[in-house]
Amino acid sequence: MYAPVSWLRELADVPAGASGSDVAAALVRVGLEEEGLSGGDLSGPILVGRVLSVEAEPQKNGKTIRWCTVDVGQHGQMLTEGKPQEIVCGAHNFDVGDLVVCVLPGGVLPGGFEISARRTYGHVSQGMICSARELGLGDDHEGIVVLTELLGAEAAEDLKPGDDAIALLGLADEVVEVNVTPDRGYCFSMRGIAREYALSTGVAFRDPADVHVAAANEQGYPVHLTDEAPIDGRDGCDRYVARVVRGVDVAAPTPRWMQKRLTQLGMRAISLPVDVTNYVMMLVGQPLHAFDLATLSGSVGTRRARSGEELTTLDGVTRSLEPQDLLIVDGADTPLAVAGVMGGASSEVSDTTTDILVEAAHFDPVTVARSSRRHRLTTEASKRFERGVDPGVTAAAAQLAVDLLVQYGGGAPDEGVTDVDRRVASSPFTFDTTLPTRYVGLEYSRDEVLATLGAIGCAVQDTGADVVTVRSPSWRPDLVDGPDLVEEVARVRGYDEIPSVLPLPKAGGGLTHAQRVRRLVAATLAQQGLVEVLSYPFVGQDLFDRLGYEPADPRRRTETLLNPLSEEAPLMRTSVLDSLVEVLRRNVARGARDVGLYELGAVTVGRGAAQAAPVPGTDSKPDAETLAGIRGAVPAQPLHAALVASGDAEPGGPWGPARAVEASDAVSWALAVCAALGVDPVVASASTAPWHPGRCALISMRDGTVLGHAGELHPKVTAALELPPRTVAAELDVEALVSVTGAAVQAVPLSTYPMAHTDVALVVDETVPAASVESALRDGAGPDLESLVLFDVYHGEQVGAGRKSVAYRLTFRAGDRTLKTEEVSVLRDRAVASAASRVGAVQR
Amino acid sequence: MSGPNKQYDPVEVATLDPEAVERAVEEALEAIRGAGSLEELKAVRLAHHGEKSALALANREIGALPPSAKAEAGKRVGQARGRVAQAIAWRLAELERLRDERILVEETQDLTVRVPRHRLGARHPISLVTERVEDIFVAMGWEIAEGPEIESEWLNFDALNIGADHPARGEADTFFVAPAGSGLVLRTHTSPVQVRTMLDRTPPIYVLCPGKVFRTDDLDATHTPVFHQFEGLVVDEGITMAHLKGTLDAFVQRLFGDGIVTRLRPNYFPFTEPSAEIDCQCWVCGGEDPGCRTCGGTGWIELGGSGMVNQRVLRASGIDPERYTGFAFGLGIERSLMLRHGVADMHDIVEGDVRFSRQFGMEI
Repeated sequence: MYAPVSWLRELADVPAGASGSDVAAALVRVGLEEEGLSGGDLSGPILVGRVLSVEAEPQKNGKTIRWCTVDVGQHGQMLTEGKPQEIVCGAHNFDVGDLVVCVLPGGVLPGGFEISARRTYGHVSQGMICSARELGLGDDHEGIVVLTELLGAEAAEDLKPGDDAIALLGLADEVVEVNVTPDRGYCFSMRGIAREYALSTGVAFRDPADVHVAAANEQGYPVHLTDEAPIDGRDGCDRYVARVVRGVDVAAPTPRWMQKRLTQLGMRAISLPVDVTNYVMMLVGQPLHAFDLATLSGSVGTRRARSGEELTTLDGVTRSLEPQDLLIVDGADTPLAVAGVMGGASSEVSDTTTDILVEAAHFDPVTVARSSRRHRLTTEASKRFERGVDPGVTAAAAQLAVDLLVQYGGGAPDEGVTDVDRRVASSPFTFDTTLPTRYVGLEYSRDEVLATLGAIGCAVQDTGADVVTVRSPSWRPDLVDGPDLVEEVARVRGYDEIPSVLPLPKAGGGLTHAQRVRRLVAATLAQQGLVEVLSYPFVGQDLFDRLGYEPADPRRRTETLLNPLSEEAPLMRTSVLDSLVEVLRRNVARGARDVGLYELGAVTVGRGAAQAAPVPGTDSKPDAETLAGIRGAVPAQPLHAALVASGDAEPGGPWGPARAVEASDAVSWALAVCAALGVDPVVASASTAPWHPGRCALISMRDGTVLGHAGELHPKVTAALELPPRTVAAELDVEALVSVTGAAVQAVPLSTYPMAHTDVALVVDETVPAASVESALRDGAGPDLESLVLFDVYHGEQVGAGRKSVAYRLTFRAGDRTLKTEEVSVLRDRAVASAASRVGAVQR
Repeated sequence: MSGPNKQYDPVEVATLDPEAVERAVEEALEAIRGAGSLEELKAVRLAHHGEKSALALANREIGALPPSAKAEAGKRVGQARGRVAQAIAWRLAELERLRDERILVEETQDLTVRVPRHRLGARHPISLVTERVEDIFVAMGWEIAEGPEIESEWLNFDALNIGADHPARGEADTFFVAPAGSGLVLRTHTSPVQVRTMLDRTPPIYVLCPGKVFRTDDLDATHTPVFHQFEGLVVDEGITMAHLKGTLDAFVQRLFGDGIVTRLRPNYFPFTEPSAEIDCQCWVCGGEDPGCRTCGGTGWIELGGSGMVNQRVLRASGIDPERYTGFAFGLGIERSLMLRHGVADMHDIVEGDVRFSRQFGMEI
C-alpha cells in the first residue's frame, strides 16, 4: 500500500517537519513494514513536452532509436538557441503530437540521477523523455509516459508544453510504501494508514468516513439479497448499499488532484466514474462498483452461481462459474459481477452512460477469497474483501462517491437510498487487563491497557475489575481474543520496550544417540575424502527402470506429488542415491574429474493403498484414535546416507601414480562408517540393483539386520544415468546403524604375551567369497586368533581353472601364556580344517 | 720406517729419537688433515695409527731400550700416539658430520607440491550451520526435535491455526501428495514438529526443530523450493515475550558476535499472537556504514518470524493456555549462511558443486 505523505497530512496531524522516512519509521513501529520510500529526491526542469517530430534511426546494434524534437515551451534550447528540444529516445510507444514528460539537462531524477546533455547515437541528446519508473511512479518501464494515456484525454487537454510536470504528477511528494499483513485489511486505505500513524505518534486522526450520510429509506433502488449456500453459516453479503446518480457526464475530466493521488498510489486514471470509485476505495478501503443503470433490469441482488453459468468479466475473460461463487445479479437474474472480485462487461459504465448505480457492499471474506483463488483473479477489491473490509463504512463510502460524482460529473443523486443491513454484531469477549503483563514480561498498568483499547477503537465495558468486556471496532475483525489485544497493547507502547530475559530450562540431555550417530556418519564420510552435498529429493518416473530395479522391487513404492516442480520429477526418492547420482553427473559435466560425494537425507517408503490422513478440528487435542490415524497416514521416511565416486581415489604426485577409485573403496568407506560407530558388520557378496552383480557387497549385522550395500554401479546404470564408467556407490540405512549401536562397548582385556604369526595358502573355488573363507578360518582358529589378514590372491595354472589361491596371515596370542610353536600349529590346522569343511578349501 | 724388530738392533732404536717421533706425528697430522673422505681417513689411520705405522713400530722398540730410557721413551711415544688418535677422532667426527649433511641435502624432497596424499572431504555448509545452531541451543539446555518431511495437513496447517482458506494452503505455495485428498503435504515449515512435540510431551518444553522444508518456489538467486530452517519452541509456566527476546539475543550473539542484539517489530503469523518480525543488528557495519552491502545501510537485517504461541495452537496440541504460555520463532538456514558467509547465489548452495562445500571444510 502506497501512502503519499501529503495525503496523510489531511487525515492525521503529521508534524510540519516530519519527512517521509519519519512517517515510515512511525508506521514500522506499529507493524507496517516499510517496503519503500519514493519521491522528494528529484528536481527540475521536468516538464510537459509535445512531440514535434520523430525520426526512426536503425542502429548497428539492432536497436532502432528515435531522434525527436519536442516543444517544451520557453525552456531549454528554445531559451538558449531558439529551437525545440532535441532528444534521443529508445521507446516507441508515442507519436508526433503526444504529450510526454521531459527532463532537461540540469534536472535530477529519483535516485539522484543527474541529467546532462550527452552525445549518443550520433546526436547530442538534450535530456530524456521519461518512463513511469524513471519518474518514480511505479514499476512501468515498458515505454515512456504518454500523458493522454496516464491522465485521460480530457484531463490532458488543457496541458501545454512547458508546464511543470513535478507539480502536475505530484512527483515531489514523498510516498511511503508499506507491507500490509493479512490481519490488517483496514490498512489497505489511507484511513487505516492514518489511524495507525496517529496510534503510533499520538497525534489526532480525522476520519474521512465521518461525513454526512443520507439516511436509508424505502424509495431506493430495489436490492434483493439471497444466499443459497452460505459458507460456514455466514451470508455471502451482509450489507448492500445502492445509490443512484442520474445525468452524470461520464466524459467530464477527473480533477487533477484526484489523478495525481491515483497515480501516486500506482493506479491509472481511466474515467471519472471509475476514478471516483477507486479514489474512495483508496481513501476508506471500501471497494465500490459503478453500474450503468440503463443495463440493469429493475433491481440488483446476490445469489450463488449455478453450475454451467458463465460471465464475461471486465478484463474480457469469459469465466465458468461454480456454485460457491457469489454473484451480483440484476432483476432478470442476469449475472453482473463476481461479488467482491470483478464486475462483468455487460453492465460496465460506458461513453453513453448517464445514470450510474453505485454499489457499496460487504462480502464474506472466505467467499471472496475462494472465488478469487478459483478464478486466479486477484483484484484491488478481492484483496481488500479477503482481508476484511470495515462493514461500518459501507454507506459513507457510497456517499463519498455520490458526492464526488455530483461535484465533478454534474449529476443529481436520487432521493432514494437503499441500505440492506444484515450485519450480525460482533460478539463481545472478556479480557483480563493483566494479560499483557503476563504475556509480554513488561508492566502495563490497567489505565494504559484501557487507554490503548480505546485508542484502537474498542468499546470497553468497565466494571472496575481486572476483567473487562471488549467489543472490537468494525474495522478490526482480527481482534477476537485476549492475545490479539495483548499485541495491540504491546505495539502501542512499542516492542522496543520489551526487555531481554534469557529463560533458564532445567539441564538438558544434549543430543540424542540418533543425532550423535548422524553427525558421526557425516563427519566420517567427510574424513574419508568425500564431499557432502544436498540434492532435491524429487525423481522421475523412469529412474527406477534406469536403476535396473525389478518390477517387484520395494524401492519402486513411493509417494507422488500432485503438483511437482517439474512433471519430469514427480516422485519422492526411495534411496538417497536416486538423486545423488545427478549431482555427480553435474560435477563431472563442470569439469571435475575425481569426485566423491555423499549425502544424508530422508527417503520415502511408499504407503501403497493407505487411508487418507484425518483432518480433525482444532478446538481441542484430537482423540488418540484420530491422532494415531494422522501419524499412521504419514509414510515412513528413514534417514539414509549414500556415497558415490568416480575418477581417482588417491591422487598421483611425486610419490607415484594415481589410483583409480574401485568397488573396494566404496566398501571401505561404508566400513569406515561402521568402524567409527564401533559396529563390526558381516560383508557378503550380493547381486542387487543398481550395483554390478559381481561387484556388490551386502553389509549387515550377524543377526541379519541390513546396514546397506556398496560396490561398483552396473555398467548399464552408469550408461543410462550418463555417469562416468566404473562409478562406485554405497547406500547405508542410518536408522539401522542407530538401532545396532548405543549399548556401551565392553572392553576386552589386552594380553601382553608375545604373538605368533603363521601363514596359510588355501585353494578355493573362484566363487567362494573371501568373507566365507575368513569366517571359516576364524571359527576354526578359536579365541586365541588375534587377527587375520588376506595378503595375496592368486589365479593361474598352478591352482587350476575356476579356482583361486588365497593367502592369509594368522596372528595368535593367548591371554594367559606364551603360545608354543606346537600349539600354534594345532590352531592353524584347526582353522584350515574348518575352511576345508565349510568352503572346500585345500591347503597348498 | 723400520721393519720388524725381532731382535734387538740398536740401529733401529733411532726411531725413538724425539725428532723422529715428532716427525712421524707431523706426518700423521698432515695426512689426517689431508684426508678428504671417510675412506681416505681410514687409509690414513692404517698408515699412521695402524699396527705398522711408524709410531707403532717405535712403540715396539721401547722394550729394547735400557730400563733407564724406557720411561721417557714410553711417555714420548704414548703422547705422540695420543695426539694422532685424537686428531683422527676429530677428523672422523668432522668427516661424518659432512657426510651426514651431504646425505640430508641429497635426500631433499620438494614438499611444496600441493597435492595431498589423502584428500580430506568436506561437510556441506548448510549442515555445518545447522549443527552450529543446534549446539548453541543445546548449550542453553534445549533439546533437538525432528519430524517427517512428508507431513499430514492437520499438523502442518490446521493445528497451527492455518485454516482451510489460508492462501499458504494453495497449490501455489505447497506441494501436495497424491491422491488428492490424501491429507498429506511436503511440510512447508518445521512447525509441525513443534505440534508433535506438544502432543507428545507435557511442559516444560524447550526444543529446537531444524530441518528440510518445501515450498513451490522456483530456484533463483535467493529462492529454492527445498530449503532448511530451524524453529524454536518454548512452553512453560510464566514464559513471556521478554524470554523470546532474551533467547534471540543470546542466539545472535553466539552466532554473529558479542554485543549484537535483536529488534522485534509487530507482524502477523497465524500460529503466534502477538507476533513479531525479528531483525538482527548488522554484525558487519553495526549500522555505521550507509553503503553496507550486508544490511543495505539500515543497520538491521531481517532474520525471521516469532511470537507467543497462539492459544488456538496450544489448545489443538492439548496444552492448557490458562496455565502455560510459550514462544516460538523460525529462521532460515540458507539465509543465515548467505548473510554470515557472503554467499551471493542460492544456486551454489543447492547444486552440489564440490568446490562450494570444500571452501568451508569441516567446521563453520
